[in-house]
Amino acid sequence: MAKVIVVTSGKGGVGKTTTSAAFAAGLALRGHKTVVIDFDVGLRNLDLVMGCERRVVFDFINVINGDANLNQALIRDKRIDNLYIFPTSQTRDKEALKREGVDRVMAELKKDFDYIICDSPAGIEHGALTALYHADAAVIVTNPEVSSVRDSDRIIGILASKSRRAEKREKPVEEHLLLTRYSPDRVQKGEMLSVEDVKEILSVPLLGIIPESETVLKASNTGMPVILDPASPAGRAYEDAVARFVGEQREMRFQLPERRGFLRGWFGRAAS
Amino acid sequence: MATMTASRVQGGIFTLMVVRVGDVHDPGFGRDLEEQVARSPGFFAGAPVVIDLRDCIDCASVADFTALKQVLRRHGMVLVGVQNANPVQLRAASAVDLAAFNGGQANGNRRPTPERAPAESAASAAPASRTRLISQPVRSGTQVYARGSDLVVTASVSAGAEIIADGYIHVYGALRGRAIAGAAGDTSARIFAQRFEAELVSIAGRYLVNDAIAPEHLNQAAQVALIDDRLVILPGWGKG
Repeated sequence: MAKVIVVTSGKGGVGKTTTSAAFAAGLALRGHKTVVIDFDVGLRNLDLVMGCERRVVFDFINVINGDANLNQALIRDKRIDNLYIFPTSQTRDKEALKREGVDRVMAELKKDFDYIICDSPAGIEHGALTALYHADAAVIVTNPEVSSVRDSDRIIGILASKSRRAEKREKPVEEHLLLTRYSPDRVQKGEMLSVEDVKEILSVPLLGIIPESETVLKASNTGMPVILDPASPAGRAYEDAVARFVGEQREMRFQLPERRGFLRGWFGRAAS
Repeated sequence: MATMTASRVQGGIFTLMVVRVGDVHDPGFGRDLEEQVARSPGFFAGAPVVIDLRDCIDCASVADFTALKQVLRRHGMVLVGVQNANPVQLRAASAVDLAAFNGGQANGNRRPTPERAPAESAASAAPASRTRLISQPVRSGTQVYARGSDLVVTASVSAGAEIIADGYIHVYGALRGRAIAGAAGDTSARIFAQRFEAELVSIAGRYLVNDAIAPEHLNQAAQVALIDDRLVILPGWGKG
């Protein structure tokens, strides 16, 4: 039976789509049949970040409305076996996400896939609520700064009250905190909240710390999930996060400022 | 034959709102309810209510009571009983499992209208309602109201959350949101927090924002009390 994961945050621009792409790729690389769905109707980005924007024929809204079937809309990733992308419409808006249509699509996807990743739009309105409704697990993407933490707190509260599991009083949605765009130097200077600060305020288990990295922009510009870039620290951090998600133990890296100078290479090898 | 042991049946005292019903078929009834509820939706959500039938002549059939139940349900309220009903009304009410209440605790002359009911029922109820306990973090944007009782939170209250109680409030964690105690007017209510960082505190309507609180009281254990009509912050668990 498939596991539905929503990648959400409340706040916009913190790294949800980057995370959805990286997670989906990470899980598929581990042999799990994975689909990543774009719930950001009207402002779709997932197709760009996954590099399939030139292959979109039918989309999520087409399937909800019955204009196309799932197989016509799902796009197979060219690099990774087991990975599928379900793009959304750019011309419609979130009102097009009709409850019965979404329920039907999710039920169908659950038959074929091991993991279904829902890339949520920002906010707490219909689009975000629809994205989180079917979730079994949630990855709450948070930047280490006050507005993002406040918004993440809000979305956690909403997960606990407006998800299907909450409505049906089933076991609650698994909560995982992912701290993104983390810069240990700025934390040391007191410009950013530390991991401990964020954990204390949100009280949600930490899944991973993704360091701020220029490679993320490069990856999205080239339409490649950042986890596929071997030189990217963010990619490595996403790999760790995916491993922890499926139950492996991994040490939390990227928390401390990098040592400068000739020792860096030596320490780098020893730490990884 | 099953017997009820003494421990199974215990006394309980509850506060209930009373909704006055005039003409059952008046569409204004639904509109008034809607307006009332819109002003404080959390307050009415799931609230048990009793309908007062002293002004109601025609509400005497099972269908009437069923309809009333539904109208009230639509606005979140649960109809549990009737008061000031005549024998015909009582029979119909009991056929849909509504209990007969013997005239509420309202003051003799003042009618228990819906907008008065919250203050009255809270003030007139014996303060023996069970304390409400919340053991999960109260997240930003959440509002909790402990009607007619104290509230204990054994986790933190996030910034942007609101915890409200007619009685006392105790937070065994960080209080970062708003805490409103004595919400129905009880001036003896107090607020206790293990780590006091509240955005706003209020007791019986008087309030203080974070900005107006002396910094030496913040980020540690504190107690808020209303003394001589002023909100006072006492350090730790205080000696006040």
